[in-house]
Amino acid sequence: MDNLYSLTAGELLSLLDKKSVKPEEIIESVYSRAQSVDKKIKGYIHLDKEKALSQAKGLPASGRLRGIPVAIKDNICVEGELTTCASKILRGFKPPYNATIIEKLKSEGAVIFGKTNMDEFAFGSSCENSSYFPTLNPWDTARIPGGSSGGSAAVVSADEAIMAIGSDTGGSIRQPASLCGVVGMKPTYGRVSRYGLIAFASSLDQIGPLTKNVHDAALLLGVIAGFDSKDSTSVNVPVPDYLSYLKNDVKGMKIGIPKEYFVAGMDKEVEAAVKEAIALLKGKGAQIVEVTLPHTEYAVAVYYIIATAEASSNLARFDGVQYGYRCEDPANLLDMYERTREEGFGAEAKRRIILGTYVLSSGYYDAYYLKAQKVRTLIKNDFEQVFKSGCDCILTPTSPTPAFKVGERSSDPLSMYLSDIFTISVNLAGVPALSIPCGYTKGGLPVGMQLIGDFFKEEELFRAAYTYECGTDWHKRSPEL
Amino acid sequence: MAYEPVVGLEVHVQLKTVSKMFCGCTTEFGGAPNSHTCPVCLGFPGTLPVLNRRALVEAIRVALAVGCKVSDKVKFHRKNYFYPDLPKDYQISQYDEPLSENGHLKIKTGGGEKTIRIKRVHMEEDAGKLIHEEGGDSSFVDFNRSGMPLLEIVSEPDINSPEEAYQYLTDLKLLLRYLDVSDCDMEKGSLRCDANISIRKKGETGLGTKAEVKNMNSFKAVKSALEFEFERQSKCLETGERIVQETRLWNPDKGITASMRSKEEAHDYRYFPEPDLVPFTLQGDLVDEERKNLPELPEARKGRFIGALGLSGYDAEVLVQDKATADYFEECVKFYNKPKIISNWLMGDVSAYLNSKNLSAGDSKLKPQGLAGLLKEVDSGKISGKMAKDIIIEMLDTGKGAAAIISEKGLSQISDTGELEKFAEETIAENAKTAEDFLKGKDNALMFLVGQVMKKTKGKANPAVVNKILRDKLSKK
Repeated sequence: MDNLYSLTAGELLSLLDKKSVKPEEIIESVYSRAQSVDKKIKGYIHLDKEKALSQAKGLPASGRLRGIPVAIKDNICVEGELTTCASKILRGFKPPYNATIIEKLKSEGAVIFGKTNMDEFAFGSSCENSSYFPTLNPWDTARIPGGSSGGSAAVVSADEAIMAIGSDTGGSIRQPASLCGVVGMKPTYGRVSRYGLIAFASSLDQIGPLTKNVHDAALLLGVIAGFDSKDSTSVNVPVPDYLSYLKNDVKGMKIGIPKEYFVAGMDKEVEAAVKEAIALLKGKGAQIVEVTLPHTEYAVAVYYIIATAEASSNLARFDGVQYGYRCEDPANLLDMYERTREEGFGAEAKRRIILGTYVLSSGYYDAYYLKAQKVRTLIKNDFEQVFKSGCDCILTPTSPTPAFKVGERSSDPLSMYLSDIFTISVNLAGVPALSIPCGYTKGGLPVGMQLIGDFFKEEELFRAAYTYECGTDWHKRSPEL
Repeated sequence: MAYEPVVGLEVHVQLKTVSKMFCGCTTEFGGAPNSHTCPVCLGFPGTLPVLNRRALVEAIRVALAVGCKVSDKVKFHRKNYFYPDLPKDYQISQYDEPLSENGHLKIKTGGGEKTIRIKRVHMEEDAGKLIHEEGGDSSFVDFNRSGMPLLEIVSEPDINSPEEAYQYLTDLKLLLRYLDVSDCDMEKGSLRCDANISIRKKGETGLGTKAEVKNMNSFKAVKSALEFEFERQSKCLETGERIVQETRLWNPDKGITASMRSKEEAHDYRYFPEPDLVPFTLQGDLVDEERKNLPELPEARKGRFIGALGLSGYDAEVLVQDKATADYFEECVKFYNKPKIISNWLMGDVSAYLNSKNLSAGDSKLKPQGLAGLLKEVDSGKISGKMAKDIIIEMLDTGKGAAAIISEKGLSQISDTGELEKFAEETIAENAKTAEDFLKGKDNALMFLVGQVMKKTKGKANPAVVNKILRDKLSKK
């Protein structure tokens, strides 16, 4: 078979099961696909075929992902492998340990396949903030793939990876999934261990899957989810068998449509695609109700206070002392700190560090950070109210627009920040959410819709998404490359 | 003008846990630089802290022992500042909701007992250590200490003299030793102290502008630094100079403090709640359980030594000042129920010997049971008290039992009256004049005769028996 790379993990696993293919053949196929198309996409930062093949030789006898290559976002630590957060300040850094999810993937037989590009330290929504190069959208290489997990979304979309891991702090899995036409999920905060994820904003970050369809997302989340004694913020709630929830049935499911998410100024084609999706689910027996999330308008402001405050502290350790980049010939300690960080961080990282330092400063803490935390609670309450009222999930667009042009927003941080206007509240509340393709614009760009669930109810999202997917063939489309 | 110093002390104590505060690395002192480290205590990207339960429990025990109210909620903050020995460039500490607040410590002062209020006891992690190249311009970092569990014990400004500060530290250290939570070794850095000092006119109650003094590496240094600061600040006020709020460093070689940074240069630590450690509520019974399990503390022990064992206030005080000695004493009482006698020996010969060898009572080769055995030999009359003083040195040197030494050296007292009668008769014959004097009523004369018999027996005679025999013989004359 010469098109193994175009298959899903589910399809490959059944071939592997029948012994019709070998893990090495899958790796060869995906690798040669990457060789031929990544010149255009630039989704990978580090990719080494021999390392992937050598893992295929030592696979465990069985495992839920045995023989499946999984691409990893560059902010997740893989022992002895370059892990740089696409930043100059971590150029050359090889962690001495594996992230918990890497251990879990390996123990289920997955092959760690390359590190994907991202906005530096996950700061961005377009992948243009990588210190290496921007990643481009497989559906239109004049456009961005979204971000910050733009590399992971693009390589799955372009069939350069079977599945990928991303991280989501304010939409960094869902927005690129939407813009690249793949499935992406941000699990409940605490569902997946953050141990080994290089932190952006500790109270918001979650690791999650980016895949070609809903089945693969459920499969991958099932592998990486679960309590980890190394992460005090991971929660000890049993992980259900997500695959058993993949039923083409939403009868009686109550889906809330928040009125605050359908406002003037939204892209007409996005709005139309999402409304059609709502109609499809209604046709399959779901009950559609209007709901309200009244504090939505404050989400972006609150997010950029809390996320930058935490980031300013999390990124302090990149100081030139122990690892990563250090400026040449520092005159003294202060000079080393200043020049290392000035030369090592990109513009967006500096912007966020400065903003976060400011909001935590004495005299400003109460007005910014403390107030933002209070509003965050209100935003969380909004979601709790909706789920308490009996909704099983909430349906919204994932991104207000399809993929925009490279350079279109890079000089205007505020318009860039607004790309995540529909995804940010979810991280502030801590609830899970998934993005699934729900149509294409006339220009052929993917549109995604977002399904938001109650805490630790990822299975409800998989069920709704799977039912929707069964009624459409968006997921079967591939970009021409 | 008479001024008085107003002092508050911040004491950092390293808790004696097996592993560090947020990772599994050993807390053992020493070790090659950076050998007791892992990605977590090195602050590597992606790592996360997990609280050591033991550190929390030890902290609660200390908080309870100083009478603090322990909070139901455990919450950590990040204290942000850049320094090469701080691997994450923030320290995990506690801030607006410390583990415990509002305790006190009673200290002994010249004017009697005084209560020093304790504002708070909170947990935090330690930083690493910088080693500066001698004569060079490089510095090296050793992260072995990074992430060690620390307690910060903050007093209210209730201390009014350098002596009181010294006493506060001494009593606090004793308490911590009794709790067995820390080595409290200032040289190894397991106990550190910063002092806040201001002065005011005697009789006033307001607070002046304070200076924070750092870098004292012994209790004596704390006392000296405070003495210096008190004088410096007094001179400032007398000459009309303004005292500025600042951090000053004690220079032990010059015996002075010098300004390190002013208030304007002070760090803005940008405290905020540590998002990697979710605040949690203490299990309902944990604090009560620990309160129940607190050991007997020095004050209570002293009271018991006086009340139940009949020691004098002075003896009890001296014994409890060193936990090992007090433990030794109690063990000894189990085998030999004359506490006062044990205490005399312990405070006398035993401690003189141990001090000269720089040993603790716990390290002594002479075990409590051994000391009890020796004292029983004295009681039985087999040896004299004077002989015991020699025997005990050998016991301390070798750890041998009293009986073994007595028989080895043939040291037992002669109490055999037949043998002694012979010596007595000889002595009376040789000292007829003295015998005469005694019979004339000169009591001292008998003591001389006893001494002569002792001489003949090379000190082995039981003096009481000799005394009796001589009296008998002389009265028959």
